[in-house]
Amino acid sequence: MTGTLWAVDAGQEHSEGDRSRFGGGVRVDSGPPGVDPGIHRALGLTDGERDEIETVLVRPPNHLELALFAVMWSEHCSYKSSRVHLRRLPTEGPHVLVGPGENAGVVDAGGGIAVAIRIESHNHPSAIEPYQGAATGVGGILRDIFTMGARPIALMDSLFFGDPDDVRQQWLIEGVVAGISGYGNSVGVPTVGGELSFDACYRQNPLVNVLCLGVLPTDRLVLGRASGAGNLAVLLGASTGRDGIGGVSVLASSGFEGEDSAEEMAKRPTVQVGDPYEEKRLIEACLELLEAKLVVGIQDLGGAGLVCATSETATRGGVGMDVDVSAVPLREPAMEAYEVMPSESQERMLAIVTPDDLARVEAVCRRWEVRSAVVGRVTEPPPGQPGRLRVLDGMDGEVLGDVPAAALSEDAPLYHRPLRRPLDHDARLDDDPGALVAPDDCCADLLALLSDSSWVYRQYDHQLFLNTVEGPGGDAAVLRLAAPGLPDSDAGLALSTDSNPAWCAIDPRAGTAATVAEGALNVACTGARPLAVVNCLNFGSPEDPEVMWQLAEAVDGMTEACLALELPVIGGNVSLYNESFGTSIDPTPVVGTLGLIERLRRRPPGVSLADGSTVVLLDAGAGSTSARRRPPSLGGSRWAVERRGHRNGRLPELDLAGHLRLVRLVTGLVSESCGSGADGTGPSDAGPPLVAGIHDVSGGGLGVTLAEMAIRSGVGVRVAGIADHHELFSESPSRVVVCTNRCSELVGHAAGAGIGFRVLGEGGGDRIIVEDLVDVAVEEAASTARRRLEQLDRPEERDVR
Amino acid sequence: MPPRVGVVVFPGSNCEHDAVLAVRRLGGTADLLWHGVTTVAGFDALVLPGGFAHGDYLRPGALARFSPVMEAVASFAEEGGPVLGICNGFQVLCEAGLLPGALQKNRGLRFLCTTVGVRVDSEASILTKAVPSGTRLRIPINHFEGNYTCDPSTLSCLQDENRIVLRYVENPNGSIDDIAGICSSAGNVVGLMPHPERAIDALLGPTDGSVLLRSFLGASSDRGSARPGVSSGCAGSSPAGGPGR
Repeated sequence: MTGTLWAVDAGQEHSEGDRSRFGGGVRVDSGPPGVDPGIHRALGLTDGERDEIETVLVRPPNHLELALFAVMWSEHCSYKSSRVHLRRLPTEGPHVLVGPGENAGVVDAGGGIAVAIRIESHNHPSAIEPYQGAATGVGGILRDIFTMGARPIALMDSLFFGDPDDVRQQWLIEGVVAGISGYGNSVGVPTVGGELSFDACYRQNPLVNVLCLGVLPTDRLVLGRASGAGNLAVLLGASTGRDGIGGVSVLASSGFEGEDSAEEMAKRPTVQVGDPYEEKRLIEACLELLEAKLVVGIQDLGGAGLVCATSETATRGGVGMDVDVSAVPLREPAMEAYEVMPSESQERMLAIVTPDDLARVEAVCRRWEVRSAVVGRVTEPPPGQPGRLRVLDGMDGEVLGDVPAAALSEDAPLYHRPLRRPLDHDARLDDDPGALVAPDDCCADLLALLSDSSWVYRQYDHQLFLNTVEGPGGDAAVLRLAAPGLPDSDAGLALSTDSNPAWCAIDPRAGTAATVAEGALNVACTGARPLAVVNCLNFGSPEDPEVMWQLAEAVDGMTEACLALELPVIGGNVSLYNESFGTSIDPTPVVGTLGLIERLRRRPPGVSLADGSTVVLLDAGAGSTSARRRPPSLGGSRWAVERRGHRNGRLPELDLAGHLRLVRLVTGLVSESCGSGADGTGPSDAGPPLVAGIHDVSGGGLGVTLAEMAIRSGVGVRVAGIADHHELFSESPSRVVVCTNRCSELVGHAAGAGIGFRVLGEGGGDRIIVEDLVDVAVEEAASTARRRLEQLDRPEERDVR
Repeated sequence: MPPRVGVVVFPGSNCEHDAVLAVRRLGGTADLLWHGVTTVAGFDALVLPGGFAHGDYLRPGALARFSPVMEAVASFAEEGGPVLGICNGFQVLCEAGLLPGALQKNRGLRFLCTTVGVRVDSEASILTKAVPSGTRLRIPINHFEGNYTCDPSTLSCLQDENRIVLRYVENPNGSIDDIAGICSSAGNVVGLMPHPERAIDALLGPTDGSVLLRSFLGASSDRGSARPGVSSGCAGSSPAGGPGR
């Protein structure tokens, strides 16, 4: 790629790139006569970008062309601020079939099966219109997956809101959850997990990140590219309306000024409206077309609509494309070309089809009641020149716009934005919460940290397709690797989404590394070997040097952790301008981790306690015999942040080499316990499983880990030797709590792997007891954990349960 | 001979593959049956699976009753053929007049996906003839409109004719008389909101659904033993016009 490097200091933007190869553009006129000299700013382009477009075209752009560039050069589509950093991420691995840059990452799961995965944000639409914002987020990510030829089989959501006791936040939470439920359930893809976090920094700018996983026979993998001059571009699915015009440029690429202001209200038409029934038929029709090999290439229409789909498929295929804008089925009359092309109307796909196959394509579409229309054709680029995207009024009619296709996508501007480490960063690190006064009542603090999100996932179909071995609420979701049309397999998949914005706010590099580490350990707790990650980087304004520093640091932390843990990053999404009133959200990189369970024969033990079992802490940071090596830090802990409002300090140390040893040990122990060892031998039937329950120590520390194990299994626990609130609430990484009936064997394995261990106590009874610190009935802890979200039900509804 | 089950696929259905898988796991054979066909010849039993037929536009089942296949389904039912409507399939059967009553939005106005306890309260149906009354089962539910309702005379008819085949142990959605599933007067048409096909594999959780589906497959392989019967019974309770209008 020959991306132009733009310097943006002091607003003096200039191009260093050689654009001459795009020369020779034909002067065309379209749109309102006499383009308003300031119109590009309303479309979200800077003056420098406007001038660069003129350099590319070797003439002034008309209104339509400006609209094409405005959406494609938006932050959302072009990653112009983040691309220079994203390049540092490790993306390769022996099982990676498709890395970043396509619609989804794809890995080889063995046995002729590939797994496609992608995560994307729909933050700003959800802030403006929570139901439709979240619903169309689900719809968009599904299309990214079936575009690859994969059948979507699972969704996950990472949701971040402000205080759930606040009525406006309740409106957002209810709307977002209902949108995911309404769309996901109806479109027929189970939502198998996710995460839900609350912090004041998301009050004006909630985050809605949606992850989708699909599966396909490896030989059906298709890529979104056009080829073969004369082939037809066929638009499938919904008609095109005025919804979502400029969604990527106006909505996704600027901050918020506050709730209910006239300005926010004016952004509402840029939120699209979803129709899951249309999408369901589109999925089935497209998978049938791909199965029958009736398409040369296929691409979904998401952000930037037809502009993006046509220019990206043409660019990837090294060809050009003519688009007949008059052939696009419209939802409302009298739409202009500059509205039709960037419209983000949902549930549309662009298929590249040979003229010979058109009739069969149309027949499949008719059967599924999916509209199809030939809207363009692939063109041969002039010798030695790049392919062009031409927008025509009638296939042989007037040329309304004519731009080099690659100028819109691959050659979009690239910014090296200034970075600055916050001046008070050292002072913040030195302000350690360890010095805070100890709580009078650790039990009360523990109860306040418990949160049960079953209110959310009860509204999601998480069982469809008969694959869900472990649904929402565990360390990771566990799925059978199966779907109609796939070869038989007894392997399983584990999937987790993780984030740690409180840590990332203190130290974005270490916080992001710890987030990757947690994801790997979460999937290991189900017996899976971590295979790959995807990320969704949610940050504030890239025009703030401190935000750009956070982003750069987060990328470096992710790179360090992924290299150490041997995890390629196979896809990602960047969401910037998550700010309101000039205040950015905490840096929130969300990591989706995919793991593979070689043989899935029995249910993994899960987050559970068993009566009469021994409860053991495995700790990679503790050397080989004692788990008390380091003083436990409370920096970035939920206890410090949520109970004391203390957001500074030094994070607990993460040793990635030790973490990898722990991940491997846990994968081995759990896969043996659930009979899924790679050798297929399984556990002996004579004794109890080596691991009867397992849970990693993360947000809320050891106290929350033990309480969650007790609540989920309904079995109590009694532990001793926890000295104080530091030990109870510290979130030191690389630790898991294991419940076992074969303790000596378990600790033998740990010692052999160089992992420290400590017997904490035993499972049983109906109380959660940490001697001298906590004593509460399991049932009381469970109902406390549920209460926070169940308040969203009206009183007469609560009576139902 | 294992029974051959046709699983009807409407545009928007989504549990059709699960139903096929469950039938096959339990020893039956199963094939998908497109909603546009007008005959169900060659099948020993029919399943109308869960999902959102025709997007649940207007209301669940309201459009599916007009799908071409529904006339054949009605004739098959009238001849005593076993017809099982699961979740959305139950809603379709009610809209088509093959079962009385209707399913409205859950009390609480939220979608519910969870596993609930149900009790078998009648053995007079294809789904429960091999399951003793009083048997308690744990089976997943997954619906927004699962709150069964009917007029008082229909309810007493269902009660008197022993046609309430399944009741919730703890009512999750506000259904009248805790109804989770009912059958036609002949017992060969059954609709239920819980998903027995989701509870057949110990790897996934409870396996109580196989108890019901085995009964259904058993009844399907010796069909003819079922009393031939007419549509939904309970005079006056089915929508005017009946099926296939």
